[in-house]
Amino acid sequence: MYQGIRIAGFGGQGVISAGVLIAQAGIIDGKEVSFFPAYGAEMRGGTANCSVVVSDEEVTTPIVSRPDTVIVMNEPSLAKFEPMVKPGGVLIINTSLVNSKPTRTDVRIVNVPCNDIADNEIGNPKTLNMVMLGAFAKATGAITLESVKAALPKVYKKLAKKPEVLALNEKAFLAGANAVK
Amino acid sequence: MGEKKLMKGNEALAEGAVRAGCRFFAGYPITPQNEVPEYMSWRLPEVGGAFIQAESEVSAINMIYGAAGTGTRCMTSSSSPGISLKQEGLSYCAGADLPLLIANMMRGGPGLGNIAGCQGDYWQATRGGGHGDYRLYVVAPNSVNELANLPRKCYEVAFKYRIPSMILADGTIGQMMEPVEYKEEPIDVSKLEKPEWAIGVNHEHRAKRRITSYDLTEGGLEIMVNDRIKRYKAIEENEVMFEEKMTEDADMIVVAFGTPSRVATAAIKMLREKGIKAGLFRPITLWPFPYKQIQALAKRVKKFVSVETSMGQMVEDVRLALNGTAETHLYCKVGAAVLTAEEVAAALEEIHNGSTKYAAVK
Amino acid sequence: MQLLNKRPESLIDIKTHYCPGCGHGIIHRLVAEVVDELKIRERMIFVAPVGCAVFADKYFDCDTTQGAHGRGPAEATGIKRTIPEAIVVSYQGDGDLASIGMAEIVHAAIRSENITVIFVNNTIYGMTGGQMAPTTLIGQKATTCVNGRTAKQAGYPIHMSEMLATIKGASYVARGGVHTPAAIMQTKQYIKKAFQNQIDGKGFSIVEVLSMCPTNWGKTPKDAVAFVKNEMEKEFEMGVKKDHSAADDVPAAAEAK
Repeated sequence: MYQGIRIAGFGGQGVISAGVLIAQAGIIDGKEVSFFPAYGAEMRGGTANCSVVVSDEEVTTPIVSRPDTVIVMNEPSLAKFEPMVKPGGVLIINTSLVNSKPTRTDVRIVNVPCNDIADNEIGNPKTLNMVMLGAFAKATGAITLESVKAALPKVYKKLAKKPEVLALNEKAFLAGANAVK
Repeated sequence: MGEKKLMKGNEALAEGAVRAGCRFFAGYPITPQNEVPEYMSWRLPEVGGAFIQAESEVSAINMIYGAAGTGTRCMTSSSSPGISLKQEGLSYCAGADLPLLIANMMRGGPGLGNIAGCQGDYWQATRGGGHGDYRLYVVAPNSVNELANLPRKCYEVAFKYRIPSMILADGTIGQMMEPVEYKEEPIDVSKLEKPEWAIGVNHEHRAKRRITSYDLTEGGLEIMVNDRIKRYKAIEENEVMFEEKMTEDADMIVVAFGTPSRVATAAIKMLREKGIKAGLFRPITLWPFPYKQIQALAKRVKKFVSVETSMGQMVEDVRLALNGTAETHLYCKVGAAVLTAEEVAAALEEIHNGSTKYAAVK
Repeated sequence: MQLLNKRPESLIDIKTHYCPGCGHGIIHRLVAEVVDELKIRERMIFVAPVGCAVFADKYFDCDTTQGAHGRGPAEATGIKRTIPEAIVVSYQGDGDLASIGMAEIVHAAIRSENITVIFVNNTIYGMTGGQMAPTTLIGQKATTCVNGRTAKQAGYPIHMSEMLATIKGASYVARGGVHTPAAIMQTKQYIKKAFQNQIDGKGFSIVEVLSMCPTNWGKTPKDAVAFVKNEMEKEFEMGVKKDHSAADDVPAAAEAK
């Protein structure tokens, strides 16, 4: 199994932390992983993207230039990252913020209104990246709810003592997964 | 030991240094290595060490000069422009035979350049960098796990031969997160022997000790430098580290260090799927450079490609190693541009097929 | 015969390289006497500068370090933070401390690094052959201002002690001299205080010492002494500039290891 992932969006959408969570979940599942972030010079706002690899074998390049899966969280990222997806790969689009339509026909398009789900269904905009991760898990099978649940308190130490926040994140994850048809 | 922990390169380096006995750190903020001083600022006090955010890179390396003189395992880190500023101090440290650890998480240059990972400081690191006749022991990790475990080796070599040691990593490795497993238990610094040359309080009234790089007596400096050269020769003899992958049946060898070696590995695997037998030679020590090992491969392989994210710096050492016994090619990207496996594979294939686009470096 | 005075134990019995009439020898002796009297020779680590006093690392009978020009306070910081028990002294000239090493001395004071600094101000670059220093007086000749320093071309001499005294972390700042017996006696007391402060963990202490450089001034030793008295003292007023060592809120950074 090899899964190369690119996640892209605005700074503050949880793009980076989603990548870290996938990598941490991968370790829990006994996989080899790498995570590489790229951001602009801005401390707030701006654009952010990251490369994540989850693999059965040793990870070669940490820079995912031909991703199996791309998650596009904002409008500008679609044009930049859509062409990278491997033929037969998955393109997950946050339709809450991305109005343009993808042009690729050789990849699986997964439309998920991540912001709408986080804001309305979950009632907490901060759960945006968990919605995204749920959709990613369902669309690719690369990670499981169990491993993400185990990953959360490892990445965010304070969460270990906040079961209600963990429960909220689980709810968001499941809502994201359910949105994938 | 135990569970693999997902760690950012810079933090894994800092923790690795602490576990290797580092008890003093001085540094100055510069991207992309800020997590190193940030980590040290709270971690060192936990183990009875001291951290200082220095007023400048220059001051930081000279604090290290002072601390290293006491025989304390100490460290500073920076990124390219900051490493340039430290060169004077590094020259003094080398001239005073001080063991220390300095990390350069290289970024795009020259000048302010940019903050992405790059390898443009290879020449600076492997040719001394500052003024005078001297060497640094230079190691180049290509994963977070290797980065995390290298400080121990660096201190061992630094103290054994009394030489400053440098970890030369591109900024990519500092920013990446990967699983880390520290191979050895943390060093108990109370059990480290104080070196016989280290300055300190002298309640036992032993002979006075001096830390200095000068000798103005006639022929004095010559003796001092010659003594150092003997140690350099021993390092060249004993401390070369490298890795080979898929070289057994290869008819083309890619030479790469740091992140490009990872990208090259992906490219080589792509080529092998097409039936092209390429292999990877990765220098882990950049000084001492594995000249002999590359020479040995040239008995069988007649095509070598240096893959770098610089204008082609290490390629000069590859040429020196081959000394005309095989073709030396170069594929490189500058300005901290991202190197992808696809483009490396395409270039390697062209070189393999004899394209003149990446003609042999003469 | 009765022995009334002898070489301080902290000074090694070898010939120094200093020129006749140079102030370094007197200042070395004052430091050594104080170290003997305070019984801190075993704990002392001497940081020698780049400049005429570079060889001081051979003269003091204690462990020494000698590094890059102007970086003494940084070296001293690295030593003090790794061996808090050590008594660390950075001995510097005016080019070293007030020009190339301006940042290091200022920030050592800002951190209230618990060290002692001896700052020898002779208004000239000695070892390199008499170039203009940051402390060169207006009108004073040097090899890089052959007609005398002008404010228009090179600005005014820096008053390091007054400047450092404005820094909260500086516990003790005094300026003395070694051109008269009275000044020498007074300066010894300043130096003693600066070392006692370090012993007591009172933080950054510095003594600026006005000194003679007859060779590069082109004067006889006697005229050089007169130059300090008549010219330098006017520009650089002697005395204690700041004594915060009795206060109980001294930061004393190095003690909080």
